[in-house]
Amino acid sequence: MSAEARDKDQVANGGNLLSRPVKVVNIGLDRFAKELDEQSVPVVQVEWAPPAGGNAKLAALLAKLGS
Amino acid sequence: MTVVNEIRKGFYLDSVALMRISRSIVAMPDIEEAGLMIGTPANKQILREAGVLNAIGEGAAPGDLIIAVRAKTEAAAKACLVEAASLLDAPRRTSAGAAWRPRTLRAAKAQMPDLSVALISVPGAFAAAEALKAIRAGLDVMIFSDNVPVEQEVELKQEARTLGRLVMGPDCGTAIIGGVPLAFANVVPRGDIGIIGASGTGIQEISCLIARAGRGVSHAIGTGGRDLKADVGGITTLMALDLLDADPATNHIVIVSKPPAVEVAKAVLARVAKSAKPFTICFLGGDGKGMPGNAKAAVTLKQAAEVAVGKPLAGESIAPRPKQAGRKGAKVLRGLYSGGTLCAEAQIVLQGHQLAVTSNVPVPGANVLGNLSAVHSLIDLGDDEFTRGRPHPMIEPVVRDAPLIEALADKNVAVILMDIVLGYGGHADPAGHLAKVLASHGVKGGPAIIASVTGTSGDPQGLAGQTAALIAAGVVVCPSNADAAQLAAEIVKS
Amino acid sequence: MKKIEDANAETLKRMLSGDPVLVDCIPAGDAIPALKAGMILHSGPPIGWDRMCGPMRGAVTGIAVFEGWASDLADAEKRAAGGQFQFAPNHHHGAVGPMTGMTTLSQPVLVVENRTFGNRAYCAINEGLGKVMRFGGNDAEVLGRLAWMRDELGPALGRALRDMGGIPLKVLISRGLSMGDEMHQRNIACSSLLLRLLAPALARTMSDSKVLERCLDFIGRNDQFFLNVGMAMGKSITDPARGIESSSIVTAMCRNGTDFGIRVSGTGDRWFTAPVEMPVGLYFPGFSEKDANPDMGDSAIVETVGLGGFAMAAAPAVVGFVGAGPASEAANYTRLMGEIAVGINPEWTIPSLDYAGVPTGIDIRRVVATQIAPTINTGIAHRQPGVGQVGAGVVKAPMGCFEEALVAFAEKMGVA
Repeated sequence: MSAEARDKDQVANGGNLLSRPVKVVNIGLDRFAKELDEQSVPVVQVEWAPPAGGNAKLAALLAKLGS
Repeated sequence: MTVVNEIRKGFYLDSVALMRISRSIVAMPDIEEAGLMIGTPANKQILREAGVLNAIGEGAAPGDLIIAVRAKTEAAAKACLVEAASLLDAPRRTSAGAAWRPRTLRAAKAQMPDLSVALISVPGAFAAAEALKAIRAGLDVMIFSDNVPVEQEVELKQEARTLGRLVMGPDCGTAIIGGVPLAFANVVPRGDIGIIGASGTGIQEISCLIARAGRGVSHAIGTGGRDLKADVGGITTLMALDLLDADPATNHIVIVSKPPAVEVAKAVLARVAKSAKPFTICFLGGDGKGMPGNAKAAVTLKQAAEVAVGKPLAGESIAPRPKQAGRKGAKVLRGLYSGGTLCAEAQIVLQGHQLAVTSNVPVPGANVLGNLSAVHSLIDLGDDEFTRGRPHPMIEPVVRDAPLIEALADKNVAVILMDIVLGYGGHADPAGHLAKVLASHGVKGGPAIIASVTGTSGDPQGLAGQTAALIAAGVVVCPSNADAAQLAAEIVKS
Repeated sequence: MKKIEDANAETLKRMLSGDPVLVDCIPAGDAIPALKAGMILHSGPPIGWDRMCGPMRGAVTGIAVFEGWASDLADAEKRAAGGQFQFAPNHHHGAVGPMTGMTTLSQPVLVVENRTFGNRAYCAINEGLGKVMRFGGNDAEVLGRLAWMRDELGPALGRALRDMGGIPLKVLISRGLSMGDEMHQRNIACSSLLLRLLAPALARTMSDSKVLERCLDFIGRNDQFFLNVGMAMGKSITDPARGIESSSIVTAMCRNGTDFGIRVSGTGDRWFTAPVEMPVGLYFPGFSEKDANPDMGDSAIVETVGLGGFAMAAAPAVVGFVGAGPASEAANYTRLMGEIAVGINPEWTIPSLDYAGVPTGIDIRRVVATQIAPTINTGIAHRQPGVGQVGAGVVKAPMGCFEEALVAFAEKMGVA
């Protein structure tokens, strides 16, 4: 099985932390994503902000409603 | 003197970026103190204590940014606000026209559908919610954030267990998965030794020592500092054990942590006993009792690495070990640490020399900090009390400057003991920074300065260059933190 | 909450499965039986004379003169202030209208039938650029054009459309997207495609070639002719998605020049309002921000169904025109709107996004959580009545109405 086929197989089966190829979503500090990118590790940086702009009351409602 | 505050409604920038801006505006002429912080009650308290908060800043909501300045003159304060505004807006200007950045995990997943790991470093109050979304989306998670409520950690890890996903953290600084360093980690060769660690610098020190012994690491899994406490029950440690036990690339497993809660230790050791693989268990400060037949206890990080590679590390010195004396007439040792586990290891080594040690994070048998000039003290500068509202010393070595200058000047200090931690995530030139401080504040006939460098030749900072810079600055560089503590102990005892 | 996800899936399904067809053009009084003399439908959420902005008042007085309910503009103003006219939102009567959005008895309205659900929606015919009633214009030229539309163009369009058996709009939109329209600021492709389909039928159903020439010329000169068709289409698509229990999807966004209003499927016909914001954009020479009226019109119905600001990636030319940044960033507008939409429309795709569908179904939860407001492409009216359009730009839907809607929705879901 080629490396690519194996990767696909593992993703299809869910795989686990150690068996599937590391592809990172970085939520928070930019530098972590930048460093992964420099090492050619696939990474997506999320431009994160607190839910509901930090409004605790609305954030609590959102937590209950799901989103 | 004048205090000027400005608020930006509904503004968010991560605290490290804000602190960078704070630092550059505080250096402006006639500025006494300045800070940019998101208006949470805790942050407002910090600003209040710094004497930079006025009624405008007091009115900020948790979603607002406070720009707070205390200056000698009104004009200086105004100039400072203008500079802060331009720094705040600068990254946005440059990012205009840049590639699209998703705002949510959902959109990120649409962009890269086969994401495997979420690395989360948002403020602690929000981290668990993001982690929950990630595990539900089929991702494993590493939570770098600290200050996550323990009940959220428990809930999160329980759900993750049912979903078959691993949660590393909260407060997990280090992991190496399949050769990929996540957050604070060193570039170590791939090999057959797996590491499970509750502490980031513990994993870093062991993995670097393994690398220097010519061996490599299959995976290093961080668990977060509370995983082995009774509330959490070692959920992540036990799952990581299952993963490494089943991993064909792993032939030896190292576990490093503070001593777990009694019943958790029992569960972990019972799981270890079921494995056919050999283990090294380093419960720092523990008694090493009750090990199953396939496990050996290690007292220090260095010893853990030695057991794992199957040979002693002595003689692998990276710098000659000169005869060294402490400051004449001085008696006490001062440790100024950026790595919490390195600080713990040093305490254990000193205790092994029957030295009474104190620390802000005391290991069993050590006391809490008292009069620093009278007793041996080992300070973890990465502990919450120092990092509240400030960057971690591994990111920003400036944090160590003031205590270092104080120790250099303290006539009672015979030896200063320090750690330099390299690798991804860390400062670009920690040794260079330290050398500068020593050059401007070093004293003739001052204390002996002893350090070790946790790093490898593959690290972005480069082990050789960092070591050379320290030696040139008059620092005695030991091949491991345990060796450094050992040398420090010998000096204060002589 | 699973209940919400399921309800939203149903709402999205209804929106995506709509089959809007432009079927007719008839007097508003025939289309909307509730319309009677003295009754004026306007854009946006409910509003009375006292709170109306300048252009809206200008349009009201003009249309009252046009309908013969007042002798002149001054008389109309007196009557309006005296409470002699009955005001109601277009949205309460199955209709929509651009900018001031005047809809009254004798005006011809385009009829779009959603053949999947059998409902109909209405919108007046686009008057073209310059001094027009939708921007508050009300002089003799404006009223004269309306009279011609009533007497000649409207009936002609009605005959042609009935003769053709209607024009399916979904596929027309698909083609327009691939030709650089986003159906709000830019409708040149769709207007042309529509005229291409209409022309033979207009010729077939008309004996007087002079009238035919006037009709073809009027439509052919107006790049925005399709906008009003698209708006009626949007209304016909969103109406069947209204009132779905537990759904957090927006079914209408509109503005009356004073308030911005939204409706949410799960909270029924209740309006959630907040003060409208000022558009940001480019001004025609001689005009600037200080001349601008706050945002206005029912046209944001096109954003509600995934077009306009949501389909910006299809129309890079618009990005520059509306002052929203370099044209290369067009795709990012659509991607950003993807953050607040529950789905995509697989039939309305954008070539430059590798044929990804337009984001569809605005979820108030996502809007509030991300604080990303829907982007609306809009024209800018002069704040004085009668001057007309002074620019074009983008405007953000105010966050306040989404937050208010979220609180009401949470109460309805029993979690507040």
